[in-house]
Amino acid sequence: MTLAGIASQLLQLAIALALAPLLVGWVNQCRAWLQNKSAPPLLLPYFTIRKLFVKDAVVADNASAIFRITPYVVFGAMCCAAAIVPSLATDLPFASAADAIALVGLFALARVFIALAAMDIGTAFGSLGARREMLVGFLAEPALLMVLFTASLISGSTSLPSIVDTLAHRELAIYPSLAFAGVAFTMVSLAENARIPVDNPATHLELTMIHEAMLLEYSARHLALMEWAAALKLFNYSCIGLALFCPYGIAAAESGFLALLGAAPVLIAKLAVGGFLLATIETLSAKMRIFRAPEFLGTAFLLAVLGMLVNQMLGS
Amino acid sequence: MDEAMTGIPLHAQLINLFAAVLLLLAFAMLAQRRVLSLVNLFAAQGVALGVSTAIVAFATNQPHLYASAALTFALKVALLPWLLHRLIRKLDVRWDVEGLINVPTTMLIGIVLVVFAFNLALPIAQLASTVTRATLGIAMASVMLSFLMMITRRKALPQVIGFLSMENGLFFAATSATYGMPMVVELGIALDVLVGMLILGVFFFQIREQFDSLDLQHFEKLKE
Repeated sequence: MTLAGIASQLLQLAIALALAPLLVGWVNQCRAWLQNKSAPPLLLPYFTIRKLFVKDAVVADNASAIFRITPYVVFGAMCCAAAIVPSLATDLPFASAADAIALVGLFALARVFIALAAMDIGTAFGSLGARREMLVGFLAEPALLMVLFTASLISGSTSLPSIVDTLAHRELAIYPSLAFAGVAFTMVSLAENARIPVDNPATHLELTMIHEAMLLEYSARHLALMEWAAALKLFNYSCIGLALFCPYGIAAAESGFLALLGAAPVLIAKLAVGGFLLATIETLSAKMRIFRAPEFLGTAFLLAVLGMLVNQMLGS
Repeated sequence: MDEAMTGIPLHAQLINLFAAVLLLLAFAMLAQRRVLSLVNLFAAQGVALGVSTAIVAFATNQPHLYASAALTFALKVALLPWLLHRLIRKLDVRWDVEGLINVPTTMLIGIVLVVFAFNLALPIAQLASTVTRATLGIAMASVMLSFLMMITRRKALPQVIGFLSMENGLFFAATSATYGMPMVVELGIALDVLVGMLILGVFFFQIREQFDSLDLQHFEKLKE
């Protein structure tokens, strides 16, 4: 564990925390442009979070401890994930603590707590959202694992920094299996981040909600943390996608602090393009019926498996 | 794995990529419910096939493969999709939604078929000496997927599209195993496909005249 490693680790975490709401704001703005609406301010998510932090928190009378600790657990899990996923540099001392499989576990931990807390209050919408979230989650998780395994097969390691190292710093080669994995990953991240084909983040109709239905009971700082955690989740998924399918520009382990500063604008540019693509996908597709979600995610899983098979076939 | 992948020349990598695209499109066709999108996917598959054939022609310096790539573009990207679109318009079956088994099950069967095809192709691929031998399994898989599509569809038009896409897969298999068939055979097959398409087009009208729908299950009932 070197000083440079700690510096890059802290810088990456700080950038993730700072940029995550901006990414959400950017996606919302792009979507508004594409749909010919007047766009909300780019910094709106920051204002929302600040506003929520100064308000007084109200918690339901019958809320148990799970409901109270959930925002902190979820936010903590997302911070851990942000520390593991190499977005700026691959020299991350913390990343050796958890590999790609543990990362999926972290997301699962957050999901379980959100769902438990939503059921804890005992409102109809909360448990409806929790059930739907688990339905989406149990299908999305194996698909995400398969995507990560495909990248692991190519690089021979499940540790994310070494996957990025092997994918980015090598002779340019075309991997058909990564094309499959890329499509599968896009589908999974749409579902996991409650985006349009599966869930509508801008909906006001409780009956169609998945993610929002579970947040209905939160207020003030709890809600702020949940919103921030959701933004971090989107940021993390974007960074995983960039790390696996566009790992160029991420600072290598041996390059110094200057490379780290060079990596930040590259990351922001990539995220801006990714956010625009996400808004485009959301604009072009319509929300599915909830019972179409298994089919959608099943397709993602099969594509990821196909990616692994193609890798076996063409790689040997 | 590392050295194996980077050791492959660029054109072979591109061929592998287009082979993967071909397989992806075969799966997309298997999952597609709408006839109109099915035709577009078929045209896209033709593009992937034509481009990969042209790359093989360039890489191995075989001029007759250029001709077959051009034939692919003319026939499978332009003419056949145009004919199919016209048929769909005339028969007014744009919004046909159908399928014998539900999509996830079909896809699962598809994956099993892919594994089967890959296993089947492995010993053959080891005997072949072409740069494209690795794609043989993919070609076989897409043939089988098209076959599965023909089996699981109820309506006549998707079955015909399945048949045409099976020909795509066979063509790709021929290219990857032996750098294409002799020109005479290729021309013959192309003509067969075209004539078959025309005849089936006429048949569709007859079928609809007789049964008032293009659902082939009506065939199973015998009349006196």
